[in-house]
Amino acid sequence: MLITCPYCGPRDVIEFTYQGDGNRQRPQPASQDLDAWNAYVYERLNPAGDHNEIWQHSGGCRAHLKVVRNTLTHEISSAAFARGDHKSGARHKAEGKS
Amino acid sequence: MSPRRTETGGRIDRLRTIRFTFDGASYTGHAGDTLASALLASGVTLFGRSFKYHRPRGLLTAGVEEPNALVTVLRGEVREPNIPATMVEIYDGLTAVSQNRFPSLAWDVSAVNQLGGKLLSAGFYYKTFMGPAIGPLKGTRFWMFCEHFIRRAAGLGRAGLAPDTARYGRMNAFCDVLVVGSGPAGLMAAKAAADQGARVILAELEPHFGGSANWSGETIDGMPAADWAARTAGQFEGHDNVRLLPRTTVWGYYDGNTLAALERVTDHKEIPGRGEPRHRYWAIRAKSVVLATGSFERPLVFPGNDRPGVMLAHAAERYANEYGVLPGERIALFTNNDSAYRSAVALKKAGAAIVAIIDVRPELSSEMRKLATKAEAEIFSGHAVVATEGGKALSGIKLQRFDMTSGALSGEARSVHADCLLMSGGWSPTIHLASQAGARAVWDAARQAFLPPKPTQRWIGAGAFTGSFSTTEAIAEGRAAGLSAAGGTNTQSTVPVVEAAPGDPDPAPVFEIKASGKSFVDFQHDVTAEDVRLAHREGFVSVEHLKRYTTLGMATDQGKSSNIPGLAIMAEALGKPIPEVGTTRFRPPFTAVSIGSLAAERFGDLKPERLTPMHDWHVANGATMYSAGLWYRPMIYGLAGETIEQAYVREAKATRESAGIVDVSTLGKIAVQGPDAAEFLDRVYTNMFSTLPVGKARYGLMLREDGIAFDDGTTWRLGEQDFLMTTTTANAGKVMQHLEYFLDVIWPELKVHVTSVTDQWAGAAIGGPKARAILATCVTGTAVDNAALPFMGIVHGKVAGVPVMICRLSFSGEMAFEVYCGAGYGTHVWEALIDAGKPFGLVTYGLEALGTLRIEKGHVTGAEIDGRTTARDLHLDWMLSKKKPFIGSAMMDREGLIAPDRLQLVGLISLDNRPPSGGAHVVEQLDEANPHDSIGHITACCYSPALGKYIALALVKGGKQRHGTRAYVSDPLRNRFGPIEIVSNHFFDPDGSRMHG
Repeated sequence: MLITCPYCGPRDVIEFTYQGDGNRQRPQPASQDLDAWNAYVYERLNPAGDHNEIWQHSGGCRAHLKVVRNTLTHEISSAAFARGDHKSGARHKAEGKS
Repeated sequence: MSPRRTETGGRIDRLRTIRFTFDGASYTGHAGDTLASALLASGVTLFGRSFKYHRPRGLLTAGVEEPNALVTVLRGEVREPNIPATMVEIYDGLTAVSQNRFPSLAWDVSAVNQLGGKLLSAGFYYKTFMGPAIGPLKGTRFWMFCEHFIRRAAGLGRAGLAPDTARYGRMNAFCDVLVVGSGPAGLMAAKAAADQGARVILAELEPHFGGSANWSGETIDGMPAADWAARTAGQFEGHDNVRLLPRTTVWGYYDGNTLAALERVTDHKEIPGRGEPRHRYWAIRAKSVVLATGSFERPLVFPGNDRPGVMLAHAAERYANEYGVLPGERIALFTNNDSAYRSAVALKKAGAAIVAIIDVRPELSSEMRKLATKAEAEIFSGHAVVATEGGKALSGIKLQRFDMTSGALSGEARSVHADCLLMSGGWSPTIHLASQAGARAVWDAARQAFLPPKPTQRWIGAGAFTGSFSTTEAIAEGRAAGLSAAGGTNTQSTVPVVEAAPGDPDPAPVFEIKASGKSFVDFQHDVTAEDVRLAHREGFVSVEHLKRYTTLGMATDQGKSSNIPGLAIMAEALGKPIPEVGTTRFRPPFTAVSIGSLAAERFGDLKPERLTPMHDWHVANGATMYSAGLWYRPMIYGLAGETIEQAYVREAKATRESAGIVDVSTLGKIAVQGPDAAEFLDRVYTNMFSTLPVGKARYGLMLREDGIAFDDGTTWRLGEQDFLMTTTTANAGKVMQHLEYFLDVIWPELKVHVTSVTDQWAGAAIGGPKARAILATCVTGTAVDNAALPFMGIVHGKVAGVPVMICRLSFSGEMAFEVYCGAGYGTHVWEALIDAGKPFGLVTYGLEALGTLRIEKGHVTGAEIDGRTTARDLHLDWMLSKKKPFIGSAMMDREGLIAPDRLQLVGLISLDNRPPSGGAHVVEQLDEANPHDSIGHITACCYSPALGKYIALALVKGGKQRHGTRAYVSDPLRNRFGPIEIVSNHFFDPDGSRMHG
């Protein structure tokens, strides 16, 4: 399985660490809504198909990526920085063009 | 001249004679021979004994799918068992032995198993080894005793005990087009792709490229097909964009078009070349794959179809055409399709007499009749073979009239004298890799075969793999596949012209001839047609269950020749068509893979070693090193004649009496920096850090999101926006990832950088009543008195000219200081501290004494923060801030996490003056015979010099409420039982007067 890190390029899965379901929504830190916390900590989707996941490029740039992986085929249809507008990623792209 | 070698022909080098031994006897063969062809040429018919019944077995095939002729190859002391003789290239000095026979292949005592054949039917082991349920042996281990002998009798080759001395290699390769198989289809695909400029890898499991072209006897482009193949493969030599991999089996098709292959680099050589690995494992990432893996001929199932001398038709053709060996002088053929007729002609041409062609089909085409006439063979259409005769070699066969639609036999049995019977039950495309790559195979009623599924990965099929069995089709499909895989467009161009024997690719749907006698489906696992029906009668419906119950297709050949006949027989028993019964999905590997190749260079102790900057000093000064995760740390600095306990007790005692120093460089250290660093720490720690003044440190506790304790350590505020966090040694990596996750995913708005600086700092903790006096003599540039360096204070100074950072904090319970310097100066500063301490009686202490000091103080480590305990369980609830939310704060007060009967931290004192062990249980009632009702367990224990007793920390139900009560340690594993007293975990100096001092 290859994951294309927006910063480092396509890399083997052994360089990455799975960091959990990307669909989780963390409640506001001060929230006392135990159901919401319970859903965040324990409840997981188990789709047969595309799944949003967080992977850390732990053996590389250490950025966290939002990855869409098909659980049936392991096909990865997208991998983007979890932070969103990652400055280093933008710079990398610019350098690639020059 | 060998008895079976033809006068001319074959692609062997008759001028080169090679000597080898098989079962101790000397034989010769020629360069280009396999062990199978050379032995066959020498008149050997008996190659092995079968798995269960020890029946004599000969060669069934000429290739990788061989189920019978498995041998063990010996190289010095090293044995390599279960290799098909058809895949062993001979070399001078080759030593091979047969398997599963005792005392010899010809005289095998276990052959008596054939007489008890009914007893050894499918499920024999499951039914028999339930253990005697009645009678005098009930409840004994009698069957386990028997199993030992039965296992010895059944089975395949024996692995050796000698270590494998061979080297193995691993390669990662990348290409545009990987072509698997080099028959006409594969060669055309590789050529077409290479001509487009694509980077091509061509993998062929045989030693020579060409596949069926090497023995088909066909003509391509006006030359013998074998010459055409050699010429085509030769054209690739010297092309930078083509890598040729002969003797390379592509055995696995994984996600993302990653394929695994095994190259047998030196197995065919008497002496491996310098530096050559025996096997090389290839991990190939291919943009596209062309699967041109061909097809396997199927046996027919009839009584006695396993007798030596019964062989697949194409295999005999191959032995004659490629190796110049005739498997018999009087050959009969038994077929349900046209392909066997070409074999008959080839064998006739090579010099054999074709005594009969027995065809289950009543009507034959005129073309087939012509071929039979050419082979001078008598045709028995609408007939079937119902028996074979002979012992270690075939002497004759019996036929009867056969009705293809009803399966009925009729008329008198007729005997035909023959020393070789060739069978052809149709062809199955080799779809293993496509099946591994994803979707289910599709049954084709015309071909009577499973054809490859629609690609779920980027592969294209060509040739017999797709069910296109003619060479003309293979060449056209191969070229188209190669072009397409390389991204080219299919243009009209001249393709090689093939002259081949005619033939209908579709066989008659006949798999089995039902007559009395053992008819084998799976030759290697000795599974008969009757076994399959027995499984059906006993209620096995699913093909997956059938496979496991009968072990059909589960031998080393993975059912390459037996899967389809077995499935057909099951389908008939169920009264369902074959596609409704379904087929099992193929899994990697396609053929056996050497474990050595998977490990390649990575063997021995693979863990990296982490050494502290002072490592060499510890070793040179008598430390016994201890591996803690990846780190090596001093366990004790033992003196001559000391036991471990004597050493740590001496070290701990000296520390409390004068001073001790310990290497703490292994603690995880993370620089937390940025405008929001304090806010971030408030969120990840349970207690406040934003209120911590610069130049002070604070002990912090982290929880997981679910409210369970995660890690603890001190964090030092070096500047307004600059913190140095320490973690436990074991959790350094996990804490780092935890922080990075929250900064990157949850709170990207926080302006904080975290950097692992574990390896940048060397650390020494020096503690004891004289610690401050020692520092006072060697630290310059700062005072270290109580005013300058209060408890949890931080100062910067120098030791022996090197800048150091000193924090006054204590894990030992003594007045203690952690002295940090740049890692490169670690030993320099350490030695300076040791020198300064000499007049004060400073000792070095290791992990054991460190543990002793902390147990006496009741401090927690990973043994107590074990992923199940909460802050309250560990009496750290004073650290849970109520002024702010933090990670875990919402979840930590759930009902189950605050229940009063949770395991809580306590201290234990051994009342019988003997040491308990970590992991031992704590019970209220001692019952050595039947230990029960644990109320907790011991997490750490030691002899406490301060108390003069064996003490322990434990997690016990109810915790504090049990202080002052008695209980027992119950440790049946180590047979340690005895009374204990439950006390507070703060054994020593509970009010901390010594460290605050």
